[in-house]
Amino acid sequence: MTASLGVVTPELIPFETPLTLERGGYLPRYDLMVETYGTLNANKSNAVLVCHALSGDHHAAGYHESESNKPGWWNHYIGPGKSIDTDHFFVVSLNNLGGCSGSTGPLSINPDTGKAYGPSFPEVTVLDWVHVQARLADHLGIKKFAAIVGGSLGGMQALQWSITYPERIGAAAIIAAASRLTAQNIAFNEVARQAIMRDPNFFDGDYADHDVIPASGLGLARMVGHITYLSDVSMGKKFGRSLPREDRDAEGVNFAVEQYLRYQGEQFSGRFDANTYILMTRALDYFDPTQNESSPLSQVLSTTQCKFLVLSFTTDWRFSPSRSEEIVDALIQAGKPVSYTRLESTHGHDAFLIPDATYERIFKAFMDRVHQDLGG
Amino acid sequence: MISHSYRIPDWIAKNSRVLDLGCGDGRLLAQLVETHAIDALGLELDPDKIATCLELGVSVIQQDLNRGLSNFNDQQFDTVIMTQTLQAIRRPDLALAEMLRVGREAIVTFPNFAYIRNRVQLGLSGHMPVNPQLPNPWYDTPNIHLSTFRDFEELCQTLSIRILDKDTSNLSGKRTWLGTVWPNLFGEVAVYRLTKES
Repeated sequence: MTASLGVVTPELIPFETPLTLERGGYLPRYDLMVETYGTLNANKSNAVLVCHALSGDHHAAGYHESESNKPGWWNHYIGPGKSIDTDHFFVVSLNNLGGCSGSTGPLSINPDTGKAYGPSFPEVTVLDWVHVQARLADHLGIKKFAAIVGGSLGGMQALQWSITYPERIGAAAIIAAASRLTAQNIAFNEVARQAIMRDPNFFDGDYADHDVIPASGLGLARMVGHITYLSDVSMGKKFGRSLPREDRDAEGVNFAVEQYLRYQGEQFSGRFDANTYILMTRALDYFDPTQNESSPLSQVLSTTQCKFLVLSFTTDWRFSPSRSEEIVDALIQAGKPVSYTRLESTHGHDAFLIPDATYERIFKAFMDRVHQDLGG
Repeated sequence: MISHSYRIPDWIAKNSRVLDLGCGDGRLLAQLVETHAIDALGLELDPDKIATCLELGVSVIQQDLNRGLSNFNDQQFDTVIMTQTLQAIRRPDLALAEMLRVGREAIVTFPNFAYIRNRVQLGLSGHMPVNPQLPNPWYDTPNIHLSTFRDFEELCQTLSIRILDKDTSNLSGKRTWLGTVWPNLFGEVAVYRLTKES
């Protein structure tokens, strides 16, 4: 029996200990916007960390203010009786550092200058996020997460956790992810960044000083990204060659798919910050636990102590199944406990967010066992 | 549903590393984890069976056995098991060689086509046998490489595979008296424990 989490409320948690970042940056203090679902048990062993992807945030499940609003981005998979069962687990979800949904990021005020960081916000990496998440765990009194889960860039954080804090993670679910990006994947991110940077309203990232946002560039970045998150099949099914909807603005639009992409671009540029988008895509591009293959992935993973679930989707071409299988093979080589399924889906990379009975069942079976192994 | 042979647990060492090719719902591995504290890994194609493996706490990789085991190291496992799957593989000879590359020992079970019921059905009615051991019609069956005790042992010889132990059981995984005396005629399921000739 599954039910909704109902209305959930985020909390802003301040951290006053300074933070030195992997690529040399420094933050004297920072805030994290955090949501939690379920109840932390007495020995604090049932916590699950959910890591978000490029454009996600702390609002992973439930509803803000009223159930008529859009639910969190992973609402289908987090809740009572769901894959990440909040009757068993205490789920922690945060907006990563550098984000634009409440945690300290380019939109926040730099205490040294009294004005927003903007483009001067230091570069952050997946490893920085993992260290910050560990500090959040300390704050919550969680010594070890029962599981850390995420899709896409979120899966990369789960992978990094297994390497950086092997004793603090019991299980990792790495969904539609890769151990590092390919040149093609970095190329898509670069097109997105160029679309933003070439927008006349970008002003080298200081658009806030000019009271504008690079909406056109950010929208274009999202359009490009969105195409790579869908599949040829899913776009064909959803739009085919059909004509634009008449109830929406269709000026200069010839096909429904164009209208849809423009709508997605506009929605996104209204809610997301351009500097954050640049920062997040850079974190994606630089992620590489093998550090340019200075040691093979199987060796990097040899010190991990958790069990792994790796999932991929057949029509995902942004993070294709073969990229997930690289992680699986490295874990096999390292002799680590790993389970893997390549799930049938027509939804491309976005499949990790979309309801699917087989995906749910496998994800739930793994998580239920994690709970069972905690000892009830 | 054909049960696993009663002999398999006898051939597994405690705390050993075991790979099960076509592990199904993971019951055999889960049982061996319980009784022999093995380090278990299964390969399976069917997502529903994979979910059952995960519920049992058995690690499982979705992998097509026809594509080989190239992602595994030489001698990575103590024992590689394949129950009732050899006959459904495109190249049983290559599969056996791969099993003994990644594992020190292999345990293989398959339906014995020379079992008396099959001989009678084929011999008297002139039809391909359809029965509890081989339930599918010839045109729609996963069992594309049926063999007998004798055929299998010939193949082992060709591949320089040493037979460490052999047994037979009925479909419920139990020993039968006649099958033990005359396996190629009365054994329904052939059960072998193999290693590479040194």
